[in-house]
Amino acid sequence: MGLLTNLKSSIARAASTLFAEEESKRIGIYGPPNAGKTTLANRIVRDWTEHGDAVGPESHIPHETRRARRKEDIEIERNGSTVNIDVVDTPGVTTKVDYTEFLEHDMEKDDAVRRSREATEGVAEAMHWLREDVDGVIYVLDSTTDPFTQVNTMLIGIIESQDLPVLILANKIDKEESSVQRIRNAFPQHETIPLSALEGDNMDEVYDKIAEYFG
Amino acid sequence: MAEVKDPSEGVQIDLISGERMDGLTSMEKIRLILDGVREGNIVILEEGLSPDEESRLIEVTMTEISPDEFNGIEIETHPRSDTSDSSFLDRLMGKESTKKLTVIGPANQIETLHKDETLIQTLVSRK
Repeated sequence: MGLLTNLKSSIARAASTLFAEEESKRIGIYGPPNAGKTTLANRIVRDWTEHGDAVGPESHIPHETRRARRKEDIEIERNGSTVNIDVVDTPGVTTKVDYTEFLEHDMEKDDAVRRSREATEGVAEAMHWLREDVDGVIYVLDSTTDPFTQVNTMLIGIIESQDLPVLILANKIDKEESSVQRIRNAFPQHETIPLSALEGDNMDEVYDKIAEYFG
Repeated sequence: MAEVKDPSEGVQIDLISGERMDGLTSMEKIRLILDGVREGNIVILEEGLSPDEESRLIEVTMTEISPDEFNGIEIETHPRSDTSDSSFLDRLMGKESTKKLTVIGPANQIETLHKDETLIQTLVSRK
């Protein structure tokens, strides 16, 4: 990026911090498909809003979330003070989508093709949000799988290049195959917090860190 | 770029120098990569893409995926030396280093067998 573009975005970011102190920060929940992003988004919303409506449906079939969804004005209380965030649940990022993989989940071809088309639109949308519209990132990884993938490396690199605060969460620690250390080894430059969004394990520490990183 | 021979004869590899990429805009780079990959070629970049260009490559790839025609890309790079090595001032001045060998191919033809900090092993098949 050129000097002027960089300078402009730095000034815009500084100005928005100065003049919009009361506004909620938009925190994007990113990560590969099936990491548990929507499960986490739903848990945050259920824990901190009165009605606790779900952000979106959860599923073991990849690309269940095919649109970025925002839940506004979530007020998280930590140590006597409050942090206001908008949670943006995003579709899992990938570089490939093959509709035939959905056929393995007992889907008809037409439904699988439609799902794959919507999934590709969703990933493009998620990338656009990341470049333009989020103030911070919660990066969710499934701790039972290898984190050392190209998509993870690229996305963390993209987030770092934009100077966005990023909190890495090692999800699914309730499963036997979980290895939080593997994630810590893959991204030693960032703090990794373990949790199970499904079971609600270690959520207190997650909320402490959300307040610390995005407050 | 020169016309591709019959793809059934083998797999074409385009090794693109940093010098060739230097003169191109972000979208021209992405077009060059995706046009090659969509023809079934393996594209190897001497110096890779910037994080912003990688983000746009994912976005444009997604818009081009089409059932039974193009499933997307497989991309592998050696991890960047570490963006934290470059200071904020370097990044402000556009001096951020993006030099990292990058391999990109059609998702249905390239499979990563092994990857670590120093070695990428891939299996490339014909269409």
